[in-house]
Amino acid sequence: MFGLPPKLNLDATALEKQFYRYSRKLHPDVHARASQQEQEWSLAQTSLLNDAYRTLKNPLDRTKYLLKLEGVQFEEDRGTNPSKVPADLLEEVFDLNMQLDELRQNQKMGEDDPQLRQDLEAAKNQFAGQLSTLDEQVRSRWAAWDEAWEQNDEAGKTAAKDAMTALLQRRSYLQNLVRDVEQTLGGS
Amino acid sequence: MADERVVGIDLGTTNSLVAFMQSDKPVVIPGEDGLNLVPSVVALGGGRSMLVGNGARPILLSTPERAIYSVKRLMGRGVEDVVEELKFFPFRLVDDVQPGEVLRIKLGETEFTPPEISAHILRQLKRNAERYFGAPVTQAVITVPAYFNDAQRQATKDAGRMAGLEVLRLVNEPTAAALAYGLDREKEGIIAVYDFGGGTFDISILKLHEGIFEVIATNGDTHLGGDDIDNLLIAIALDDIAGDTGTDLRRDAEAIQAIRKAVIEAKIALSSQSMAQIDVQLPKGGHYRRELSREQFEQLIQPVVARTMAPCRDALRDAHLTPDQIDEVVLVGGSTRIPVVQQLVSEVFELPRRGKAPRTELNPDEVVALGAAVQANILGGGSKATEDMLLLDVTPLSLGIEALGGVVAKIIQRNSTIPASASESFTTGVDGQTNVAIHVLQGEREMAKDCRSLARFDLKGIPPMTAGMPRIEVKFLIDANGILHVSALEQRSGKQAEVAVKPAYGLTDEQVESMILESFDHAEEDIHLRQLVETRNEAETILSAVEKHRSHPAWQLLEPDERAEINSLSAELTVLKQGDDLQGLRAGTEALDKATHRFAELMMDDAVTSAIKGQTMQSADDKLGQGPTAPHPIAQAEFMERK
Repeated sequence: MFGLPPKLNLDATALEKQFYRYSRKLHPDVHARASQQEQEWSLAQTSLLNDAYRTLKNPLDRTKYLLKLEGVQFEEDRGTNPSKVPADLLEEVFDLNMQLDELRQNQKMGEDDPQLRQDLEAAKNQFAGQLSTLDEQVRSRWAAWDEAWEQNDEAGKTAAKDAMTALLQRRSYLQNLVRDVEQTLGGS
Repeated sequence: MADERVVGIDLGTTNSLVAFMQSDKPVVIPGEDGLNLVPSVVALGGGRSMLVGNGARPILLSTPERAIYSVKRLMGRGVEDVVEELKFFPFRLVDDVQPGEVLRIKLGETEFTPPEISAHILRQLKRNAERYFGAPVTQAVITVPAYFNDAQRQATKDAGRMAGLEVLRLVNEPTAAALAYGLDREKEGIIAVYDFGGGTFDISILKLHEGIFEVIATNGDTHLGGDDIDNLLIAIALDDIAGDTGTDLRRDAEAIQAIRKAVIEAKIALSSQSMAQIDVQLPKGGHYRRELSREQFEQLIQPVVARTMAPCRDALRDAHLTPDQIDEVVLVGGSTRIPVVQQLVSEVFELPRRGKAPRTELNPDEVVALGAAVQANILGGGSKATEDMLLLDVTPLSLGIEALGGVVAKIIQRNSTIPASASESFTTGVDGQTNVAIHVLQGEREMAKDCRSLARFDLKGIPPMTAGMPRIEVKFLIDANGILHVSALEQRSGKQAEVAVKPAYGLTDEQVESMILESFDHAEEDIHLRQLVETRNEAETILSAVEKHRSHPAWQLLEPDERAEINSLSAELTVLKQGDDLQGLRAGTEALDKATHRFAELMMDDAVTSAIKGQTMQSADDKLGQGPTAPHPIAQAEFMERK
């Protein structure tokens, strides 16, 4: 739609310029006096344009989108499925879940354990910190992908793709974990 | 005129306005009384006829149970949302409204939904515009608080339809204000619009680039405004009175209206003075007086004003901006006249440190309507002034659907540029199931029970298959008005699934349709009553002018029989004014007007530019423009000039 190459390091200014250019053509405001049919077309096209722009503007969404184009399937799993726990996190996650259970139990009994809450806060912050590290790591693979794409280097592309997929899956798991903790903490 | 004019309407909590683009400049269209602001007050006259604006105000004070103001607070809301409002607002709700149903308000013994009340305000604005143009007006852009949810937007659109207006677009109020400011000159950069009105608070951050107004983030509180400040002052007055006299006036609507009027006057005075007096003659006897210093006032309202800070910070965070990246801050809404509010804005956006001040050149009461007129012009085909302008707005709240366990799965994030869409696939859980229920929500919270329920959809007519086999693709689309549309398709059969929409807190199309018809039934009655009220106002103007100028030396210059005639005509008119005889009242007003001509001349001869001249001229002008669609004499002159 934007006529841009499938690269991850993209020129944000050029993208914005294109977005504005298309908006001027497609936006419902420009077609307010047109026929019903044209208005519907304008609405559909503009929502597509906006959705596309939003995806490309956001670094994570952009990466995911590109990976999907490359055939990667992300599980739209909104929970923290125990079978998906990254091996190196097993122990930490196990402890965390114990603590979460304890907190839920406390909440049910109407008790409060400030120390437990503090520990969970700390764990949450630690995981949240890992999230931003992961973001950095995904970013650092962009160049590898872009270069492989330019060189038409299939092996390089696959390597970058697999690395980013693994990082994103780990990220998605952590994200859900952080949300779980936030929800449980917020519920008391 | 080939093209019909599209007007811009600011349907406010406290006041409403209508504006249009006159060549390259938006202007507000005054009402018949010459005033730009139409108070958002609606009152029941005789029968089912309605009075709007200044004409409804006396009823609000004399028989508050027949009048309503701030109805915007009830638009698109359910009975469980308004518990707080009812503590302070004398809304008389019908008791048997169930949660999820549209509220009904009682005026006298008649029931109205909030959109119907708003429709009466809109109809008044439509009439004002028609009178001004001398031509019908059927299309409008109406503004809504940026933080309005889907139900509140839909209710506003319904109100437009009931008033006989095709609503070409709902525009967010702060965005409209940005449009009005952006017209002045070529602007580039990032601006924040801080809109603190009578009942709502919005903050929007926009990026301006070559005529494109791109909203980056918006936030707000649809329950925060100048009304809340008034309520604080009223509470104090009621406490004082209870303490002094032992009378609890909390249930006395008439007394509360009188106090409200007095505290608003004091509040306004405190924006320019360091001390003000709340001074009320209580309707059932007694007098309440209290001094209030600006310092006390500021201390008192601090908690209300401070509530605007969190939305500002959230908007900045969502926009990934720091305060010093905001180039300009525009102030909108009457409450931004309060010095302590301006001070807070300056602090939040670190303006003084950067040698800047908030922008206030355009009248904060009018700027939204002016912006609506700009957008109306853009949609109406544009003009030289607006040809490069394009507004890209966002949805203020995330859209989600209820998933297993009452959790919300977000499908369109807040601050997404609209129109925006998302698709989700659904399937069945039981063999042969032909219906799937979907619950759509709006809000930022994780649990469905904490979000605003927008609608429950039933996907019907799914071909019977094994559980999990059907794949129903549901498309959610938020249009440029911020209103949700849903369509569904069963993928395996390619069959368009039927979507039965049951809007929460909304009216069905049929209900809206019937409300339009109802108002037509009463149209004639309405016109008669309005004319009566207008003529009464005119009579009142002349009578008070005569009364006022009796002490003028010119009075003694009149012949005794002239004075006698004026006296007897005045007495007659005073009686006529109490009745319902429109023709008699008109004749009486004209007769007194005529009889006082020489008096007016004498006063002018006396080299005194007295008020009576202006007033009789005014009433003469008004008579030329009595009918709802009759051309306004002043407007006509302007049309001719432009030719």
